Amino acid sequence: MAEIALQAISKSFGSTRAVKDLDLTVRDGEFVVLLGPTGAGKTTTLRLIAGLEKPEAGRVSIDAMDVTETPTSARNVAFVFQQYSLYPHYSVLENLAFPLKAPGQDLSAEEIEARVREIAELLRIDHKLENRATALSGGEMQRVAIGRALVRNPTVFLMDEPLSSLDAKLREDLRVELKRIQRDLGATIVYVTHDQLEAMTLADRIGVLDEGELVQIGDPREVYETPASVYVAQRLGSPQINLLAVGMLDLPSVPPSATTLGVRPEDIVLDQGEGALARVINVEHLGVETVILLELAGQHLHALLGDAASLEEGAEISISVREGAALFFDTNGKRVDLVTASAREEAVYGT
Amino acid sequence: MSAAITSAATTKAHSVVESSSRGKWLAGLLVVAYALITLIPLVWILATSLKSPPDSISYPPKVIFEPSLEGYVNLFTTRSRQTEEYIENLGPAETWYDEIVRKRNMVIVGPSRFVDRYMNSVVIGFGSTFLAVFLGTLAAYGFSRFKVPLKDDLLFFILSTRMMPPIAVAIPIYLMYRELGLSDTALGMILLYTAVNVSLSVWLLKGFMDEIPREYEEAAVVDGYTRLQAFWKVVLPQARAGIAATAIFCLIFAWNEYAFALLLTSGNAQTAPPFIPIIIGEGGLDWPAVAAGTTLFLLPIVFFTVLLRNQLLRGITFGAVRK
Repeated sequence: MAEIALQAISKSFGSTRAVKDLDLTVRDGEFVVLLGPTGAGKTTTLRLIAGLEKPEAGRVSIDAMDVTETPTSARNVAFVFQQYSLYPHYSVLENLAFPLKAPGQDLSAEEIEARVREIAELLRIDHKLENRATALSGGEMQRVAIGRALVRNPTVFLMDEPLSSLDAKLREDLRVELKRIQRDLGATIVYVTHDQLEAMTLADRIGVLDEGELVQIGDPREVYETPASVYVAQRLGSPQINLLAVGMLDLPSVPPSATTLGVRPEDIVLDQGEGALARVINVEHLGVETVILLELAGQHLHALLGDAASLEEGAEISISVREGAALFFDTNGKRVDLVTASAREEAVYGT
Repeated sequence: MSAAITSAATTKAHSVVESSSRGKWLAGLLVVAYALITLIPLVWILATSLKSPPDSISYPPKVIFEPSLEGYVNLFTTRSRQTEEYIENLGPAETWYDEIVRKRNMVIVGPSRFVDRYMNSVVIGFGSTFLAVFLGTLAAYGFSRFKVPLKDDLLFFILSTRMMPPIAVAIPIYLMYRELGLSDTALGMILLYTAVNVSLSVWLLKGFMDEIPREYEEAAVVDGYTRLQAFWKVVLPQARAGIAATAIFCLIFAWNEYAFALLLTSGNAQTAPPFIPIIIGEGGLDWPAVAAGTTLFLLPIVFFTVLLRNQLLRGITFGAVRK
């Protein structure tokens, strides 16, 4: 069992409040991704769990034990840093063996050797063990870094944008590998990123942070489909969600307090003969899908289509929203529900 | 038309290459010229150390001369003048240096104090360098990593100790040392040179420490090591180049220091710098012996500089080149 619980954690740097009164529980074996832009407090949260920062208020527990006052070295957590993750003066083998040689581990040289080989094979870096850490490619370095986290059987894994310094192809490979390792080991992982693709693909649950506050946490689908606010809605989805003033598009009903209408690009329906008229500004064929940039009353909109049909730039086209897909937000950016789900069905089909 | 353009472009490219290679030549020539000018005094010292006393003071100076080890023999020995009959009665000379000395109607009566002075220099130079670098490393790490109250003021204070020439405090130090019983002791000189060097050492090493990302230590702490173990296993190995460069700079200062050595040491703890220039021969300074002493005195610095030249280069260009 390795559950992480943060209770009302706060941390400031000077006058900046990096983390505000944050509560978070990560269940055993769960993969939680913390998502947010730079400065949202993701990394600080991770460092608070590791004990690399001390909270001003609140409690940190790992494995049902209060570790708020426990030094990092005694917490038995593994941390994968964004970069600078390998000791440059050691070989790959020495890097992997380093956590096993820490005081209190009491392992024989043979045990260390066997464990290192095992991990190296798991990460497919066993042929590079004798290399100097600095003589590896970026992807290999990061694999060794992950290996160093795995080698010790820690209670939890903390990863701070471990893939962000790699190129796209490698990132994809390692993402798949990471998910595989997590499933195989049943590891508890807290993973920080600003990459929504990583968040969507890796996470059991996504936690969205905004200026040190956890604004929403839930499984990726839930966060995507029912974002708690405009801010959360903008974090997920590419192209970003379209935000319009209520009234710009014809909708059957709108909640009274709603001021902003959010429509995902894939929820815009084109050319059904009815609805507002928009002009096609640009058509991008991406293979499987097509991104269309539209202009409606001076505002730009993105639409995502399965096929591009015969749209031409400059053409006028009617647009509407897929039934039930519109999201409404009030003046504070909080989402407001139309009506309850059953009431909505009645509203659509009952009359 | 197009051919003309192409040929013009070729000519231009050619001339650019030519002028840049000419620039390189010029730069190379300048460097060689500068090196030669710098080397002349050193070559002259080496040459003088191999001259006989009359050759060393002849005018015009002799560039071509018969080499002799008389300077080195005189440096290491004390001798006394004897009558010719006395020397003839001694029988054949037993060693090559006895032979050199007897040609001048002298006999060796014992070793000179040069070796003692040289050993003093070694003990004081290396001792103070070790202390300055040791203290500097710890202080630099502290200043680089921890929240130290009044950090900037403290660093400025450390720097300010270099703002006056050290000799400006010679008299107070002389009086203090006499009271404390540190005059003419190796310990006194080690402490003094450490105090002068520690500011350089703190500032240089702080720069190096700042360059080492904290992530390494944090990684080590996460891996189960304490802060001190992380410092020892992760920070120090990476600061090696900086430590080596700093040590050389400290050693050069302590090794060459003349003014304090002259003032504060006379008997026991005298270092080589005040001793070498006053080696008296017959009828004045024994120039070949002085030059021989200087040559031997230069050797350790040359040796360590060559040994650590890569680190030294990194230390000097430090900050200019980003990794």
